Amino acid sequence: MEDKIISIVSEQLSVSKDEISRESNFIDDLQADSLDLVELGMKFEEEFGVSIPDEDYETMKTVGDAIDYIKQRENA
Amino acid sequence: MGLFEGKKGIVLGIANDHSIAWAITQQLFAEGAEIGFTHLPDKDPARPKNENKVRKLVDPHGAKFVIPCDVTSDEQLDTVFEKTEQEFGKIDFVLHSIAFAPPADLTGPVYRCSRDGFKLAMEISVYSLIAMAGRAQGLLNEGGSMLTLSYLGGERVIPGYNLMGLCKSALESAVGYLASEFGPEGKRVNAVSAGPVKTVSASGVGDIKKMFQLYETFSPMRRNITAEEVGKSSMFLLSDYASGITGEVLHVDAGYHCVAAPPLDAFDEK
Repeated sequence: MEDKIISIVSEQLSVSKDEISRESNFIDDLQADSLDLVELGMKFEEEFGVSIPDEDYETMKTVGDAIDYIKQRENA
Repeated sequence: MGLFEGKKGIVLGIANDHSIAWAITQQLFAEGAEIGFTHLPDKDPARPKNENKVRKLVDPHGAKFVIPCDVTSDEQLDTVFEKTEQEFGKIDFVLHSIAFAPPADLTGPVYRCSRDGFKLAMEISVYSLIAMAGRAQGLLNEGGSMLTLSYLGGERVIPGYNLMGLCKSALESAVGYLASEFGPEGKRVNAVSAGPVKTVSASGVGDIKKMFQLYETFSPMRRNITAEEVGKSSMFLLSDYASGITGEVLHVDAGYHCVAAPPLDAFDEK
């Protein structure tokens, strides 16, 4: 699943996979803007069949945050 | 033979595969249209993410060109229409599917909206149609048309739609005036007023899940509409099947716009 998330991030933000790690901050390191974040959220929702409330977007600052969040939602 | 066989035009407003402009484009391609596209300018040329997202969708269908356009720039708009004329000569349709408001001004109450936020929202969401119309007028064939996307929040109050409601109100007014001015030349200008569709833009205006619930409960058809339905109705308005229609705001919203009270059973205990 980590791989899949990194693939999605790589494609959405046009960043090569090697440059993405758990520690990558979406805004500071990967230069995502607010539209990108919403798009990423929509892709995660589609791909993993989870529903992400708007207020939870703010809790996902890094790629690792997103991975942990989606794992937790999938198990919920 | 497709409805758009031999027809040419441009589409401004695809951000990604959820964009309404993309749903409309798919219908236009299916009917044989030749189309040029714009994308939001990319800040970092090494990472052309906006261009890539649009190209990924339209290149497999043989897009005639994909170039950047920030609609707040007259120069960039000029470039788009120069490119359009170069590529096609005359055109048959122009799709405008563009709006923006600064999130802080959009989510707050209308009475807290800033002067600059108001100006920018009106410029991108309304003036861009006018600016495009001025440049398209000479290029459009007789029978050609323009189409923009609106929402019911421009006609009546939809809490949460806020500043964008004011913009859509002005946009629909512009559709009427432009239709009147284009009419004598046999050119048309219309709008589609779509029910809620899950797009990136929709995430900016209120809680989309509540809106889906509202339409499911209150609309005559008791359901939400799909992006594909918006695509088909929009394609119709741009086509020759709509040759007698201009200045129109067509609601593709499962009938929601016509009701003034909920169904009789809406508040019954479940």
